[in-house]
Amino acid sequence: MKRQKMTVEFDDNCNKSNNLFDLLSEEIVFAILDFLDTNPLDRKSFSLVCKSFYSLEYNHRKTLKPLRQEHLPRILSRYPHVSHLDLSLCPRINDNSLTVISNTCKDSLRSIDLSRSRFFSYNGLMSLALNCKNLVEIDLSNATELRDAAAAAVAEAKNLERLRLGRCKLITDMGIGCIAVGCKKLRLISLKWCLGVTDLGVELIALKCKEIRILDLSYLPITNKCLPSILKLQNLEDLVMEGCFGIDDDSLAVLKDGCKSLKTLDMSSCQNISHVGLSSLISGAGGLEELTLAYGSPVTPALANSLRSLSALQSVKLDGCIVTTDGLKAVANCVVSLRELSLSKCLGVTDEGLSYLVTKHRELRKLDITCCRKITDVSIAYITSSCANLTSLRMESCSLVPREAFVLIGQRCQFLEELDLTDNEIDDEGLKSISRCSKLSSLKLGICLNISDEGLAYIGMNCSKLTELDLYRSAEITDSGILAIASGCHELEVVNMSYCRDITDSSLISLSKCAKLNTFESRGCPLITSLGIAAIAVGCKQLSKLDIKKCHNIDNTAMLPLAHFSQNLRQIILSYSSVTDVGLLSLASISCLQNLTVLHLKGLTRSGLVAALLACRGLTKVKLHVAFKSLLPQALFEHLEARGCVFEWRDKEFQAELDPKCWKLQLEDMIP
Amino acid sequence: MDHKDRLCQETWANSSSSGNELPKNISTQKPSYANFNFNAQQHQQKWEDTSIFGVRTNSTFQEFNPQSETQSLLPSNNNDHIKIPDRESSRINETLQTNKVPDWDPKAMLNNLSFLEQKIHQLQDLAHLIIGRRSQVLGRPDELLTQQQQLITADLTSIIVQLISTAGSLLPSVKHTLSVAMPPAGQLGGVLFPSGAGMNSSLQPQYSSASKVSDQSNQMDIAVNCGTEQNYSIEEHEMRDEEDAEEGENLPPGSYEILQLEKEEILAPHTHFCTICGKGFKRDANLRMHMRGHGDEYKTPAALAKPNKEASSEPVLIKRYSCPFAGCKRNKDHKKFQPLKTILCVKNHYKRTHCDKSYTCSRCNTKKFSVIADLKTHEKHCGKDKWLCSCGTTFSRKDKLFGHIALFQGHTPAIPPDETKATPGPSDKGDENEVANSVGSMNYSFGSGGANGSGAQDIMDVKGGVDDPASYFSPLNFDTCNFGGFHEFPRPPFDDSESSFSFLISGLCNYSQKTGGESSSNNIH
Repeated sequence: MKRQKMTVEFDDNCNKSNNLFDLLSEEIVFAILDFLDTNPLDRKSFSLVCKSFYSLEYNHRKTLKPLRQEHLPRILSRYPHVSHLDLSLCPRINDNSLTVISNTCKDSLRSIDLSRSRFFSYNGLMSLALNCKNLVEIDLSNATELRDAAAAAVAEAKNLERLRLGRCKLITDMGIGCIAVGCKKLRLISLKWCLGVTDLGVELIALKCKEIRILDLSYLPITNKCLPSILKLQNLEDLVMEGCFGIDDDSLAVLKDGCKSLKTLDMSSCQNISHVGLSSLISGAGGLEELTLAYGSPVTPALANSLRSLSALQSVKLDGCIVTTDGLKAVANCVVSLRELSLSKCLGVTDEGLSYLVTKHRELRKLDITCCRKITDVSIAYITSSCANLTSLRMESCSLVPREAFVLIGQRCQFLEELDLTDNEIDDEGLKSISRCSKLSSLKLGICLNISDEGLAYIGMNCSKLTELDLYRSAEITDSGILAIASGCHELEVVNMSYCRDITDSSLISLSKCAKLNTFESRGCPLITSLGIAAIAVGCKQLSKLDIKKCHNIDNTAMLPLAHFSQNLRQIILSYSSVTDVGLLSLASISCLQNLTVLHLKGLTRSGLVAALLACRGLTKVKLHVAFKSLLPQALFEHLEARGCVFEWRDKEFQAELDPKCWKLQLEDMIP
Repeated sequence: MDHKDRLCQETWANSSSSGNELPKNISTQKPSYANFNFNAQQHQQKWEDTSIFGVRTNSTFQEFNPQSETQSLLPSNNNDHIKIPDRESSRINETLQTNKVPDWDPKAMLNNLSFLEQKIHQLQDLAHLIIGRRSQVLGRPDELLTQQQQLITADLTSIIVQLISTAGSLLPSVKHTLSVAMPPAGQLGGVLFPSGAGMNSSLQPQYSSASKVSDQSNQMDIAVNCGTEQNYSIEEHEMRDEEDAEEGENLPPGSYEILQLEKEEILAPHTHFCTICGKGFKRDANLRMHMRGHGDEYKTPAALAKPNKEASSEPVLIKRYSCPFAGCKRNKDHKKFQPLKTILCVKNHYKRTHCDKSYTCSRCNTKKFSVIADLKTHEKHCGKDKWLCSCGTTFSRKDKLFGHIALFQGHTPAIPPDETKATPGPSDKGDENEVANSVGSMNYSFGSGGANGSGAQDIMDVKGGVDDPASYFSPLNFDTCNFGGFHEFPRPPFDDSESSFSFLISGLCNYSQKTGGESSSNNIH
């Protein structure tokens, strides 16, 4: 009825022009709108077409991610069917806001994210829990001020299924006990860093909430006492016990039955657990698919042996462990078929061990050998010849791998989507070969001093799906290389060309064609001027993160176009640039600006800073030089902190820029 | 004396009123009967040689006094009846002596029955007489009536005593046939003596002292039994914790000797008595030290030495103890009898399980104990019970609270109200916008008021009935307050201005409460 009436009005207004959309029912338009979910701006454009689209859109919208608490009452009444409320952009959510939310959304609200918000308390949560009966998900991470009373309020949300309490350090067993008794339907609970929670609380959760699928107990002061009841959970699939130092071999030895339903287990940084404890923990967990043992006990044949029973194991992460060649070989023999292996920062990974492993596991999709400094071209040859289906290869700082080896990667692993070659010897020949990986979406070439525009041109020509390119301190790159990339890779979202000193405005002008660019870093590019930034501002409307530190030639004239066009800018780093009071103040018109770093801005005065800080109402984090701390009135800081802004004070001396080659040498001196 | 008086009263009341219940009780009172039997013998002994027992025998006589007093009050023409008690008691003794033989003697039985018959006839006559007299004398009816009543009661009592003993004489033989397999130690006359070597003369006073109230004791037992039978099932679960330590012991029945102390022995403050002056002691060693004062003959090393040291050379049968309370799991007649290990266990068990909790904690005025040591243990921790359950139970240890919560559905940990007060959101000083600012400050006051209201209000709900308002907020009182309501009855959302206002009110009255005002209860609902 309503719909027809609206159509009639529309027809009257438009002199009976035929709008095909009017023939579609609401349901069909909603189905179309469902496909617009990927980009929030598309929905906005849709709603701005006409009144009928506007009303269609607000009736359809399920998810809301508001910027300011002040507008909550209005937007909530405008969008009656919102079920997911993401408040992570609102640093300040007080009890009043939560009360408004709970009264407006009532039973339609199913999920709320308060992980980045502060200033609410027990009362607001209580109102939320009592009014929104269908609430199934609450994210309270980082609510470091909440106490047990707040947890007791959460426990009133009887239908809660997913609860994240990461870093709620003041919540103790008592609060967790309330939640365990109140929220019987919990499927996911994250207690990471809840330092007040001990065995008792965890045990009660395991006893009372039988539906739990995902349990994160990282860094809790728990011991073996709670383990038997955890392992009795019939539905538990994902157990994270990173950094639980209280659990050791002796206590695990008494465990008889493992958890059959377990699929993912993370025992990172549990230094007191060796293969003995591990094997008793995973005994019976035959369905385990993913095992993370990062920063744990050394990888020896004994440890590998304990993995033998895990026939479904697909992913093993051993980051930061001491690895012996025998151990690696034993892992290769004991595990059926790996699809993902991470040996990042492992000491002791040799060519022998790694090449044995990759020949056994030809189905590897993801391999991380970051900082395995002993491996050479032998390993690369085996990896590339055995694992042709690799989609992700991360090999930052494999410094013994010679430049010729990188050619093999391009020749043999053409399905690569992610490639991290930071700090390697790769040269233009290698890049030319790698350009064959047409699916490449993320390419990191930071600190690759041997590559030049020529190699980059091949990438630009062939890798049209590239979304992320990192050229940090790859000093040989100039405008022509960037031009080739910009003209070939229109999907680019993240570009880092920091310390490529020869880059000029023309690179930026060419990059401004990449409309999806959201993160742009050009630190220490002294040739860039305001003109280039203006071009980026105009061309890249999605820009949310901009780092122009140490670009001395950028001044206020760059800020004006940014302020006007980059309405999505969240974070800006202006340190060492030539921006002054006026430029800073003009940024106030960017309503969603949250992070601001202004160190060593020569032209910035005290009053200019005060005006800018007061004007940018959405600020959540400001980095300032410590000198301002005494210059500005204390009341101002209190006021801004009450708005939800956090100050970080830096006391760094003004640093002159080093020559890139010199920087590299200095870096190598530091590595033993 | 207080205790004894009560016993007497019970006996009297019971003998006149609950005659029909007796047979039933008799059947469950096998041990009591046997004790009675034994005690009667002791009695005789006592009468023969009262000088040994000094104080004790005096008290025995005092107990008999009420009876004789009432008798002396009776009119003179009833003299022949007044004599009855004396006669009767001597006869009882006679019959009892015949009963000493463990086997059933039909002749003695017949004797008893004919005596009873005679007795009942006498009582009938008395009743007739009273009826006849009542029609004649109309003056002073009240006084006369009470006298008559007392007279009849006295006679009835003696009849009942006799009846019980007669019926009881049947029991050992019955029991004999039923449970031949039972060890003889548990069998004999209901377990009285530490038989054999352990028994020596120094123990004698102890047992005779037990006999002092024994005439009443078996009847008293009956009375208590009638009264407490329904309580018993409730009390049984209370005893689980106290002797849990021995639970694991699994001696095969018969491998140990069962001893059963009488209630009076258990409750007696002293167990060792001076044979000369009658002074009581808790420990034999103290008695021996005391004895030195009575003469040089007690100062010899032999007299001061531990008396039964030598006896220990013989193989000692393991001793276990039975609770005298019929129906108790610790009573040897219970199907799943679990013996108590030591006399101390018996004492603590009996006091904890079958006695009133007469010691009240002076700090919290709530917790009661029957064993003084328990009170002292509690007082050490009283006030430290900070772990609360929504049901109102408090725990001194967090793990105990969590065990409780794990066990019971719907119970949740209760957050102490201080914590809700400590959590009001940070103040809203920041909002420069005028409107937002005013809203913010309103919200702030609401925040703190609400915190008080919802947390503390519940305490007041429950504590409305507590007399001492000054102690409302002392931590000791947590165990009386009930946080259950907070979780079980969802509270209306306090979002609209009206209800937030009401919370402010409750916050205020909360404050007045704190300062000692008695008001709040009318504000609560």
